[in-house]
Amino acid sequence: MEGCKERALDAGLRFDRESLEYIVTNTDLIELQPKVMIPTMYDFWVNDIQVIQGKEKYKVYPHNPYETVINSRPAISFYNDNNPDWLNVMIFYHVLAHIDFFQNNQLFSNTWDEDFVGKALADKRQISSLRNRHGRWVDYVIEFSRSIDNLIGFFSNLQESIAPTVGNDMASYYFNIFCQKHLKLNEHYIFNQIENYNSLISNNPQVGEVLFFNEIIKKHPEFEAEFQNHLNSKNVSKIDVVEFIRDHSPFLNKERNKWMKTVLNIIRDSSLYFSPQMRTKIINEGWASFWHDRLFRSDDRIKGNEIQYAKINAAVTSISRVGLNPYAIGLRLVQQVEDLGNKGMLSHEFDRLTNMEERQNFNNKSSRGLDAIFHLRKNYSDFTLINAFVSQDFVSKHNLMVIGKRLNEDRNTTEYYVKSKKASDYKTMLLDTLYHPPSIRIDEVKTNDSCLYLIHEFEGKQLLKSHIKSTMMGIAFLWGGSVELITNEIRLNKSDGTSWNKQVIYSFKKGVLSKEEL
Amino acid sequence: MKPNRKNYINPLNGKKSFLRLEEVVLKNHSTTPNASLQTLDELLERDNQREIDGFERKIKLGKIVKPSENGSNEIIIVPTTVETKFHHDNSISNEDELVGGTGSEEEGTILGEKRNQSNEEEGEGMGPGNGDEKGHDLNSDAYNLGKVLTTHFNLPNLQQKGIKKSLTQYSYDLTDLNKGFGQLIDKKQTLKRVIKTNILLGNINTNTAPDLSKLIHTPQDTIYKILSKEVSYETEALVFFVRDYSGSMQGNASEVVLTQHLFLYSWLMYQYNKKVKTKFILHDTEAKEVQDFNTYYRSNVAGGTQIHPAFSLVNSIIENEQMHLSKNIYVFYGSDGDDWKDNNNTLINELKKLSKYVNRIGILIAKNASNSLPTTLESTLEESNILSELRDKLKLSRVNANEFTEEQIIDSIKFFLTV
Repeated sequence: MEGCKERALDAGLRFDRESLEYIVTNTDLIELQPKVMIPTMYDFWVNDIQVIQGKEKYKVYPHNPYETVINSRPAISFYNDNNPDWLNVMIFYHVLAHIDFFQNNQLFSNTWDEDFVGKALADKRQISSLRNRHGRWVDYVIEFSRSIDNLIGFFSNLQESIAPTVGNDMASYYFNIFCQKHLKLNEHYIFNQIENYNSLISNNPQVGEVLFFNEIIKKHPEFEAEFQNHLNSKNVSKIDVVEFIRDHSPFLNKERNKWMKTVLNIIRDSSLYFSPQMRTKIINEGWASFWHDRLFRSDDRIKGNEIQYAKINAAVTSISRVGLNPYAIGLRLVQQVEDLGNKGMLSHEFDRLTNMEERQNFNNKSSRGLDAIFHLRKNYSDFTLINAFVSQDFVSKHNLMVIGKRLNEDRNTTEYYVKSKKASDYKTMLLDTLYHPPSIRIDEVKTNDSCLYLIHEFEGKQLLKSHIKSTMMGIAFLWGGSVELITNEIRLNKSDGTSWNKQVIYSFKKGVLSKEEL
Repeated sequence: MKPNRKNYINPLNGKKSFLRLEEVVLKNHSTTPNASLQTLDELLERDNQREIDGFERKIKLGKIVKPSENGSNEIIIVPTTVETKFHHDNSISNEDELVGGTGSEEEGTILGEKRNQSNEEEGEGMGPGNGDEKGHDLNSDAYNLGKVLTTHFNLPNLQQKGIKKSLTQYSYDLTDLNKGFGQLIDKKQTLKRVIKTNILLGNINTNTAPDLSKLIHTPQDTIYKILSKEVSYETEALVFFVRDYSGSMQGNASEVVLTQHLFLYSWLMYQYNKKVKTKFILHDTEAKEVQDFNTYYRSNVAGGTQIHPAFSLVNSIIENEQMHLSKNIYVFYGSDGDDWKDNNNTLINELKKLSKYVNRIGILIAKNASNSLPTTLESTLEESNILSELRDKLKLSRVNANEFTEEQIIDSIKFFLTV
């Protein structure tokens, strides 16, 4: 491992030197999987069921990952005890690239200071001590909290820490929002104002800002109030469903139920911690596969195992004939970006070209490929990666296609057919597979102590009906009242292929779910 | 590391600890999860408690398909649970289901096809499937499934609920041995006892032949055979599984019926301690008996439907072997309710005849939701008034095939078995 670290660092990867490696058995892996591989994760009965299931499944399909990495400080990785030594060398590289990704990608920035394994251990102890006092009710609270743990504001949380919101201070609000939205000044005028502001500040470092805004307030007396309004509205919308319930639920605020908030916090924190991982599966695996291949092939320790390596590498990174292999697509995209970078096709120079032929033959031999992929690793997620780089060239080059399944009633079979080879269709299909929880927020105006109002912001996909009832039951329990949810349903007309949306309202009251069309 | 141990600050929780980090992690991943793992029984008990606490049960039965080389896949039943959350439902659209892939074929090319099964299959795979890859390993799994069903879903226990005869039959036979009194002297055993006693008394010397006249014989040494109650393990229950496998049963309707029959089969295996005799009958316009549950489970044909041949086949099987004289007979029938109208009341007559032989007939109609009108079978039964006439014997239950849940199927089984 240490040898691998040297070589990986030389190649440009950046990670903490400190890391922990464990060799584990298949049983360990099965038992760890329900806990998202965190050995110190709190106990929960659903995990136990998954373990039972996993063991049965293993009997039928004896298959387990070669490795697993935990994004913690220090990073911890597990290796299957069936791995041969030479394979572990390759896996070390794969793992190091994962660690590098965890520790450098911006989506993970909130986890960088966290020793999650240790935090999880503290949480686990907390939960087991609560369990001693409150028994199975702890498990109900865990269950209900988990049922809304995908409604957390991951991005708003992230933004808060890496890019403070625009408009949080007076200057930012004035130039970015007030001038543009309220006064509708033209750009030229705003630039003048900014220059004015800058010179005032450089001339009078102490009072420049005050002077400037005194002027503004004289001119636009409403400015101060607008700014306050803006701040208030920001604060409110930043709160996610879980936080809102935690802070405002009349049920949780009762003295005897306050312990439930601890559970809610633990669940929310864990979910926040796993959020970046769920959003970077393709890019992270692509990144790791890219580096294990590059580093391992130049490693002298591979000698004599080239063929086995080629076999395993191919099994991991080949594009499935039918189905989606995140390793394969991720790897191809990283390679594609490197290639574009090497040819200098990620430049303004290239973007400005309109001549097809020139575009095709463009190559300024800038060899900026590595820079390009390191930029990718720092700033991209699955969504942005796919959205930016799945082009027609990419799809055609790898013969990618969207395969449709349809029923052939005459033959009583399901047919698999080539539905499309267009990049746009392929992209849509890929994007549809990404983790994207529904956006649900609280209607704070209508919400009161007896009823919580939820609004689902409809994005063209309806909510999975079979889950609505028990999820709402959990929320109702946590709120200590009834729950209403406004959402849309898609109505289909199979005969002519049209569809339309219908707004519906679900309400869960005293254990009964009802639905009403609006 | 050892010298520092006492002052070691555990980086996991910032507390001083006598454990090193490695020990903490190892300890937690190798022992704690094991120690805290709950057994299936404990989990089921928790699930029972849920109902008392006013929440729905969460543990369901899931299937894993185990492919095997001879083409008949086994299905393993495992407990499963789904954590419900608000999710997007990608299935609602007029579009076909889409997956990614690679290949050089033109748009529109058909890459392969898979035969549709009567119920969904887990696992992946493509290409022409063969039609006989569905089956069940019912030997031990059914027994386990039955155990889960009985304890978990509170299905009525046959003996307790008093379905007439107990399966286990007793006979009295001279098989037990008794000292001192009884019906028949067991000479060999008595002689052994006598010799034993005399060895203890020192009357028999190991080196010389015993002098029989000197042997002492106490009444306690006389061994008798005595009449005793013996459990007879003869199969007493006979269960007919009958289902419609005609064209209209494709899809959900078959799934409902087969799920119920699988549950029933498993539960009976458990209840009767694996000693239950089963017969499987399929019908479309004609009825035939098939050998095992595998065949019963996976067969599908396209064709019309006539129900009465199935019941007349059941009747003739029973009559030929005079089974009703010695066995408790149960008949479970599943269909989507389609039937060709016959004006001669053949079906009703067959049912009436059958009802004289059997303990219970359970009919499940898996209705296709599209029409709420009563199905032909339902109306035939209604018109004949047979349901109230044979109230004790004949039970009819309906399930909506398109939106069925496990609970409904269990409920319908409970209903079939109520007295």
